[in-house]
Amino acid sequence: MSSQKAPSIAVRGVGKTYSGVTVLHDIDLDITPGEVHGLVGENGAGKSTLLKILGGAIRADAGTLSFDGEQVTVGSPRDAIAHGISLISQEGALVPALSVLDNVFLARWSHRGGLVSARSDRKRLAELLEVTGFTVDPDERVDRLPIGVQQQVEILRSLARGARVIAMDEPTAVLAEHEKDNLLALIRKLAAGGTTIILVSHFLEEVLSVADRITVLRDGALIRTGKASETSPRELVGHMVGREIDVLYPDPPEVPAGAPVILSARGLKRGLVNGVDLEVRAGEILGIAGLVGSGRTETLRLLFGADRPVEGVVEIDGVALAQHTPRAAMAAGVAMVPESRKEQGLVMVRSVAENVALSSLSGRRAGPFVKRPAEKSAVGDISKSVDIRAANPEAPIETLSGGNQQKALFAKWLLRKPKVLLIDEPTRGVDVAAKTQIHHLITGLAADGLAVVCVSSEIEELLALSHRVLVLRHGEPVGEYPRGTTPEVVIAAAFGDHSEGEES
Amino acid sequence: MSVDTLVKTAAPGSGNMSRLAFRMRDYGIVAALVIIVIALSLSTDTFLTTGNLVNLLDQTAVIGLLAAGATICIISGVFDLTASATLALSAIIGVQVGRATDVYVGMLAAVVVGALLGFVTGTVVVRSGVNSFVGTLATSMVYRGLAVVVTAGAIVYPMTDAAETFGMLTWPSLFGLTSATIMFVVVVAILAVVVARTTFGRRLYAVGGNAEAARLSGIRVGSIHVTAFMISGVCSALAGLILASRAGSAQSSMATGTELTAIAAAVVGGTSILGGEGAIWRAIVGALLLTLIGNGFNLLGWDTIYQQVLQGLLILFAVTMDRWLRKRTR
Repeated sequence: MSSQKAPSIAVRGVGKTYSGVTVLHDIDLDITPGEVHGLVGENGAGKSTLLKILGGAIRADAGTLSFDGEQVTVGSPRDAIAHGISLISQEGALVPALSVLDNVFLARWSHRGGLVSARSDRKRLAELLEVTGFTVDPDERVDRLPIGVQQQVEILRSLARGARVIAMDEPTAVLAEHEKDNLLALIRKLAAGGTTIILVSHFLEEVLSVADRITVLRDGALIRTGKASETSPRELVGHMVGREIDVLYPDPPEVPAGAPVILSARGLKRGLVNGVDLEVRAGEILGIAGLVGSGRTETLRLLFGADRPVEGVVEIDGVALAQHTPRAAMAAGVAMVPESRKEQGLVMVRSVAENVALSSLSGRRAGPFVKRPAEKSAVGDISKSVDIRAANPEAPIETLSGGNQQKALFAKWLLRKPKVLLIDEPTRGVDVAAKTQIHHLITGLAADGLAVVCVSSEIEELLALSHRVLVLRHGEPVGEYPRGTTPEVVIAAAFGDHSEGEES
Repeated sequence: MSVDTLVKTAAPGSGNMSRLAFRMRDYGIVAALVIIVIALSLSTDTFLTTGNLVNLLDQTAVIGLLAAGATICIISGVFDLTASATLALSAIIGVQVGRATDVYVGMLAAVVVGALLGFVTGTVVVRSGVNSFVGTLATSMVYRGLAVVVTAGAIVYPMTDAAETFGMLTWPSLFGLTSATIMFVVVVAILAVVVARTTFGRRLYAVGGNAEAARLSGIRVGSIHVTAFMISGVCSALAGLILASRAGSAQSSMATGTELTAIAAAVVGGTSILGGEGAIWRAIVGALLLTLIGNGFNLLGWDTIYQQVLQGLLILFAVTMDRWLRKRTR
């Protein structure tokens, strides 16, 4: 979008080590001007690290970067911006309390004699909005915007800074389906205009559909770079995990006839949730589908008592929860794997073992003291059974890959031997291999007689794992679908076109 | 499929530097303490004398107790700025109850008052939901004000015939150490075990590391915080008793500002102010380090005008190193 042409980027021998662990090793990569370059790999493969090195967010320990054949030092985001590279990270980098306008031109406001000249910024923003086709109110505070629009603001900012290379880390992870399509269309448009896009994503189809070339990283090494048009998803997965594998979902086991209802809820209401009823039997997996904002996460939280329902009853084994608190729900045998590992699930600075033991401390104590040998063996056993791969269980859990963190989160709850397991996004930000393990874990738990409620944005996953899928829209159930329903039908119901679905 | 690049495999980590940095972060402060001890031993004849060491530990007791309480609060993710006000108020009430009854009853009363004030502080912070920094700052002004009210601004003394008993914490005890030192060591040892070995300790770290994750794991976050404040309150009361016993009196302006020195000692020792990390032994190392600097100034005959400057620089240095090493190792 800038008059200047994007530079060709040459990465040579780049490496990065954190506390003795090599996360990136001897990477050679060429990025040609105006291409969309996909970067894929399992969690911990080094994709984000490579992106951050290009964006100046971290420094490489070894190797060089060259732009248009000229070796450069990118020591800070400021350097990167000066070279026309802009990084849009997973976490986002907006100032919540500032307006869209101020964020787009952050630290680059037009000014006359030290005074910010909003009028000329407004004009520049209007031009950018026209180019991108975004519609956003320049004066709205960004923290009041949905996450998808916030991301647009970040893209606008990159463009306002004259970025000729935009590096995006998992940009679609937080987006709803139609927002994703818009973003991918914009990526193509920007590339057509000469901007280079480097795209990290877990969604292979998405990368394949938009990228010109794709680089696969595995364990910090570059495995291959190839043309997207000559690559299949299965090949990519094969390179990512080192072998070709099928992403096959396990079938949930049959629910035994006459299995008792373990969890039932009636008339749950609070905020987004507006009257949800559900029943789950022992050994059954109930999926909850819906768009972001449909109240699916909120429903799970009400079931667990993480939020207190304004109205409604939650019963376990026919007994209503006395109080709507996590403690009361846990005492009744309910467990919840929350939506966000980092924010709600794990204490990132503490060890793997401490995290796994956290929700069942009272079960292994002598007076006020932790029974350490009992804890060690319990944590060891459960870690083995869910296959947590940690070199050292005393290491902070933040040093583990996303997949192992997620397995630890399951382990923490399984130690309590719950009757009801509520799972919000079972495999978000988890690599392919761990994903399959978690799917098997969930169906295995159902086979053991747990009542499972699962929420997932990945509709295929949800349909494959669940016996039934309940679709929510605006906090109300709009339909319930048996196994074998196609994703299209469920998505249509979630969007409000429930002509194809049966009312529940 | 076109393959432009050859397959390369990652070499096993060559991270000796980073591992060293990691160790440095954990134990660098102990090394610093040892270096200062050695330097002072070599440069003065007086440092390694029994008298000086007894004196040094006695001086560390007050700030060490406060630092231990501060550390428990910081691990759980809160600050307790009421420490010195609680110290003054509980010492004053301890003296006055002692006047009315008996010195020992008075001392027990001081400890109970410390716990109660901690309970109030904690309840205020938890119930109001105000940031603990602001909440305890306000509460400390209330406590300090109450101390003035209770004493009418005067210095309070124990009864004349009890004055000697009241000074008991300054008496020599086991190994020639003062009673205050023995109390400090015992209390700190108990707290270290509580933090490291009990379920409460585990919950304390979890609450400070991620309060929401702790809540969703069934931990009562509020009661953990209140308990942390109560422990801090008891530590303050014990420190107050040491100071009062030493001075033979208590007054409303006692120990003003030491809550910040205590937090500084905790931080110098390497406890992260972000919560969820830290240890009681770090508080003691930090307190020793700050006290040693004062002791060194005296022994070397340096102008104590510069003592605060050096302490301030040391705190800055410790925190900067911690941040730097953290950045490298993550």
